[in-house]
Amino acid sequence: MYEFRMPSLGADMEAGTLVEWLIKSGDEVQRGQVVAVVETQKGAVDVEIWEAGTVDRLVVETGRKVPVGELLALLRTAGEAAATAAETPAAPATPQAVTAPTIVAAAPPRAATAAVSARQRVAPSARKLAEELGIDIAAVQAAEPGAVISRADVERAAQAKMPTPVVAKSAVPDWHAQMRMAIATAMSRSKREIPHYYLATDIDVTAVSSWLETENLKRSVTERLLPVVPFMKAVALALREVPELNGFWVDGAARPSAAVHLGMAIAMRGGGLVAPAIHDADRKSLDQLMADLRDLITRVRSGRLRSSEMSDPTVTFTNLGEQGVEGVFGVIYPPQVAIVGLGKISERPWVEGGAVVVRKVATVTLAADHRASDGHRGGLFLAALDRLLQQPEKLR
Amino acid sequence: MTSYNREQIRDIIFDALGAIAPEVEPALIVPDRSLREQIDIDSFDFLNFIIRLHETLGIDIPEKDYAELLTLNSAIEYLTRRCAARE
Repeated sequence: MYEFRMPSLGADMEAGTLVEWLIKSGDEVQRGQVVAVVETQKGAVDVEIWEAGTVDRLVVETGRKVPVGELLALLRTAGEAAATAAETPAAPATPQAVTAPTIVAAAPPRAATAAVSARQRVAPSARKLAEELGIDIAAVQAAEPGAVISRADVERAAQAKMPTPVVAKSAVPDWHAQMRMAIATAMSRSKREIPHYYLATDIDVTAVSSWLETENLKRSVTERLLPVVPFMKAVALALREVPELNGFWVDGAARPSAAVHLGMAIAMRGGGLVAPAIHDADRKSLDQLMADLRDLITRVRSGRLRSSEMSDPTVTFTNLGEQGVEGVFGVIYPPQVAIVGLGKISERPWVEGGAVVVRKVATVTLAADHRASDGHRGGLFLAALDRLLQQPEKLR
Repeated sequence: MTSYNREQIRDIIFDALGAIAPEVEPALIVPDRSLREQIDIDSFDFLNFIIRLHETLGIDIPEKDYAELLTLNSAIEYLTRRCAARE
């Protein structure tokens, strides 16, 4: 039996609220399928399952806040499905008579609530109100048995809790405050635990800029590449050469990752940021990276990210140069071990062969965890990045 | 081909901006100041802005002309001229 548990969607996450199940008992699921929606401090996330099989049982009902690692559902994998089928001959004889005892025996503590919640249907507006008022939606009763739970039902439940309305309200900060808190937790931990070292280098990006300009001239407006895209590819390739910058520091040891999942720092409208992953960035074409980036930013802005994007970036890339800053020395997102920053691309005087020429130049930075790597290796990474950017036609 | 006057172009620009940055209040935009200084948009938003203008007006806007779209006034000027030129 495969145990599907609440995933950690980032170092700062302790618990998430199960908003919706997209599967039910008996459904077949595929690896990578989105099976649930979980509300985190950073918005709603589509949670994927990484095992194929048949849903045996949903353990947690919607509306509940669940700690990371807690069991959400049980899945029968291929072999087990066969085993269960073999045992079934005995079962059909008794189900009618002993339905209740069987359920109780299978899951004593939760059987009652699970049975109720299976029938509980909640209007999205009611769920939102319950969240605002700090009411446990699972405890709200519909006006009539079996009816959809409405805002009115939630309000009634809230009134029943009246003695402490002020406390209940202030205990549920608004979404922006939650996002601030999530960032505060992760960044405080980073600065407390990670001995950062910082490197910067100016790179002549004339070649890659002109290459991109020529490339975009051939393309219609919907197929154009953003300036950051070739940099994403170059960063991912350079990380392959210095693998100790790509991965995690966990339990006192470095855990380099074979895959490069590039976490793109994306600002959210109205404040806050997330850095979800573009998977296997080192192996994707520029067109694919652009398509993935477009998809990712669109979903960040509309608040629908997938769990794997939140949980498995192996490094972060920030492009603050967009906003005009010359260089950005990032704070590492734990348990990652590095963050790469791209500053503004601008024309600057550049000395070449004894003469001053005008070149497009960008300041590229690295903040890395000194426990996992040393400055010398960090320097090699920036040198590799420089080298790769001089041959943009090879980045495709 | 449809022809547009300046008022229509202005409305189309606001529609495109509104789709990208819903919090934008058209009345508060200073017409000769940089749009990006007044609205919180990045290069991705700007590309989507160009794509929307392309879809609505049916004109292709090359990258080298992006500078002409930096303020509201210059954008109206540029788009009106481009739309008139194709007739």
